[in-house]
Amino acid sequence: MHVGLEHYLVVSALLFCLGLLGVITRRNLLVMYMSLELMLNAANLALVAFSRFNHNLNGQVLVFFIITVAAAEVSVGLALIVALYRRRQSAHVEDLTTMKL
Amino acid sequence: MPALPDILFYVFAYLTLLCGVLVVANPFSRNPVTSAMFLVLTILSMAGLFVLLHAFFLAAVQILVYAGAVMVLFLFVIMLLDLKEEERRRIKMFGLVGGLVSAGAIALILLKTLRAAGSGADAPGPSLEGNPVPLGKLLFTQYLLPFEVVSVLLLVAMVGVILLSKKDSK
Repeated sequence: MHVGLEHYLVVSALLFCLGLLGVITRRNLLVMYMSLELMLNAANLALVAFSRFNHNLNGQVLVFFIITVAAAEVSVGLALIVALYRRRQSAHVEDLTTMKL
Repeated sequence: MPALPDILFYVFAYLTLLCGVLVVANPFSRNPVTSAMFLVLTILSMAGLFVLLHAFFLAAVQILVYAGAVMVLFLFVIMLLDLKEEERRRIKMFGLVGGLVSAGAIALILLKTLRAAGSGADAPGPSLEGNPVPLGKLLFTQYLLPFEVVSVLLLVAMVGVILLSKKDSK
């Protein structure tokens, strides 16, 4: 069977749902963060597939920006997690239920 | 006899999904380091999918930025925080059921939509190569302003991270 756009979109959709499942079920902040990365990657895959099958490079440029913004987001988020860990000695969302430090 | 790119697509797609499952729910280990390693594998096989889509430059960027920089950052933070007790925690039944139901529902909706949309796009004709030259031209002409804004964003993130990770000097 010839591999077309739908095949890539199915993989992307399944990957997105896996990321969502991880964000909802796992309680460790770092693993939740990795699942977020998984969801971003799923979106990237869909964009690249669209770009390829529509003969249009704009999708790839958007993926380029997404990767850059994701790198910035990861650095800020991990710094926040480290700062939080320093105060609370835990990276577990169930220990972080109050907003006041 | 299917063509080689099709076989490679299935190999990389299964690898991506399998490693994705192992990131989220590894039955053997709850250690975040294992999750991070499988995330690296997911990203690498996704770079393989990018190559199959002729997005060569993006595949290289994916490996360099994600598997290189971002994952090293993750591993540094995992090593910095001592997460021994993670293994003893149990996954809450309520969260597990809720997560499975909601992720399954979204998967159902997405797949039904894809089925309803049908096969609109056929096989790519005159191929669009994702090599750096046209991509760079587009990036520095049409997308020049977003490009510069992203550089400012990176600067802001850098300053913010330094500020956040500094010891309190009260």
